[in-house]
Amino acid sequence: MKLAWKEKAIKLILLATASTSILIVAGIFVFLAKEAGQFAIEPGLKELLGTRWVPVSFQKESFGILPLITGSLLVTVLATLLTIPFGVGASVYISELARPTERELLKPFIEILAGIPSVVIGFFGLVVLVPLIKTCFGLSTGLTALAGAILLAFMAIPTVISISEDAIRSVPASYKAASLALGASRMQTIWKVTVPAALPGIVAAVMLGMGRVIGETMAVMMVTGNAAVITAWPFDSVRTMTATIAAEMGEVAFGSHHYRALFCVGIVLLVATFGLNMIAQKVLSKYRIG
Amino acid sequence: MQTATIERTTCWLMRVMTFSIVFVIASIILKIVWNGLPAISWEFLTAMPRQAGAEGGILPAIVGTLYLVLGTVAVALPLGTGTAIYLSEYAKPSRFTRTVRLAIVTLAGVPSIVFGLFGLGLFVIFLGFGASIISGCLTLACMILPIIIVSSEEALRAVPQSLREGSLALGATKWQTIYKNVLPYSIPGMLTGSILGIGRAAGETAPILLTVAAFYLPKLPKSVFDQVMALPYHLYVLATQHPDAAKVRPMQYATALVLLALVLAVNLAAILLRVRIRKKHKW
Repeated sequence: MKLAWKEKAIKLILLATASTSILIVAGIFVFLAKEAGQFAIEPGLKELLGTRWVPVSFQKESFGILPLITGSLLVTVLATLLTIPFGVGASVYISELARPTERELLKPFIEILAGIPSVVIGFFGLVVLVPLIKTCFGLSTGLTALAGAILLAFMAIPTVISISEDAIRSVPASYKAASLALGASRMQTIWKVTVPAALPGIVAAVMLGMGRVIGETMAVMMVTGNAAVITAWPFDSVRTMTATIAAEMGEVAFGSHHYRALFCVGIVLLVATFGLNMIAQKVLSKYRIG
Repeated sequence: MQTATIERTTCWLMRVMTFSIVFVIASIILKIVWNGLPAISWEFLTAMPRQAGAEGGILPAIVGTLYLVLGTVAVALPLGTGTAIYLSEYAKPSRFTRTVRLAIVTLAGVPSIVFGLFGLGLFVIFLGFGASIISGCLTLACMILPIIIVSSEEALRAVPQSLREGSLALGATKWQTIYKNVLPYSIPGMLTGSILGIGRAAGETAPILLTVAAFYLPKLPKSVFDQVMALPYHLYVLATQHPDAAKVRPMQYATALVLLALVLAVNLAAILLRVRIRKKHKW
């Protein structure tokens, strides 16, 4: 009898710990929405649609988040364009072409990359990449969207590689065998059979990588120059949503319009990453990868 | 003939791509070790910073990061392993289970700065902890929770079903089975995940920026309600906020090296542990 009680109690405790994840997610949405909601009441959400982000001003503050969104978009698109060839190329190489010992060494080494703190990568970007971009392209400053995109592409690569590799490895061996038996070469088999069969997983991998890129804060804040302008030119300085929150939250007065506007930026960020992740997870579970 | 050439070129192209990634990783590590090592001394590791971090050491940042990591693990480990045990041993396919899994996937994708906003709103302001170690630890714990859950669950599922069935057939209760026959075999695997979580917590800057980190505070914390300095934030401050950034470059490299060494050592431990487990248990 006593034993049965103990069993029940333990099950209840474990159930309670499992519920904390749900509580945290709900808490994140509630606490962001709380501040954003107050912004919607007082200056109104229309304020956010402006094209000028001037949160501190003697005349009139302006909380248009469009330059921040375009800044994040520009960096994300550039980073994705760089990540795709390297991420896919490397995952195909590691899973299909590398010798077994080579693979055993390459995989943990790229895993190390995932472990390097973003502030260290940002620091490396600041002392190596930024001066390099400045001299290579003859710019007045190397603090550009391009610098941010290169660092971010690099940071997304471990995610993309590990998931696309799973996808490539889950292609049935019989597909490859059939292709080779028909006389196709190794490369023809890889590009015409294996990669197309693994494509949904590779797409999901790229999307998860993009989710990481949009949400990345420190590296991007250190190298993009943080000018809140609307631009599509890689050699301009941009200010991303993440960098805006990180740089300005320390100086705002609690409860001010600026404070609440930053929570609105947080919501946009959360919704964007949430959407990307959900679609990617749907694809992965549909094709039973990972 | 031509096909063979194309074949070989493509293969080489992909090899070059892969190894260029390896090259960049190696050059980041080497650059920081090469420039950081000369600036590291006993004084640097054990002294208080002076003149806004331009001179002296980084002791408070090292201590701060250690406190944050320990506190984070103390919160996240019981919650994470508890959730993993529930999901792997107890959960039946139900709406609740699906919701828990959805929540974990969502948490894993939330940007770190958004965790910072959440920590600021809930722990710092709503619960009134202020910018303090406890706020920082709780925020970081929310962030690493999915890492610990996912790897712990994997470790639990790797234990063969027959071990559970044998124990249950002998009349042991469910919890006795889990405690005596499942956990002992899965603890190394669960540890791997926690170690990876530690590495993440030690290196992350954005969440602690809003919840705990002090810009410059040359003393050690006395209670969990004090602010602390932390290694990643200290590096950020030295690299971008210091008025004379070029002059403190050696200090920047040395701080980066200490942080990198800490995080890589932690991750390496996790990788080695995993290799050992794979060799030891071949079910």
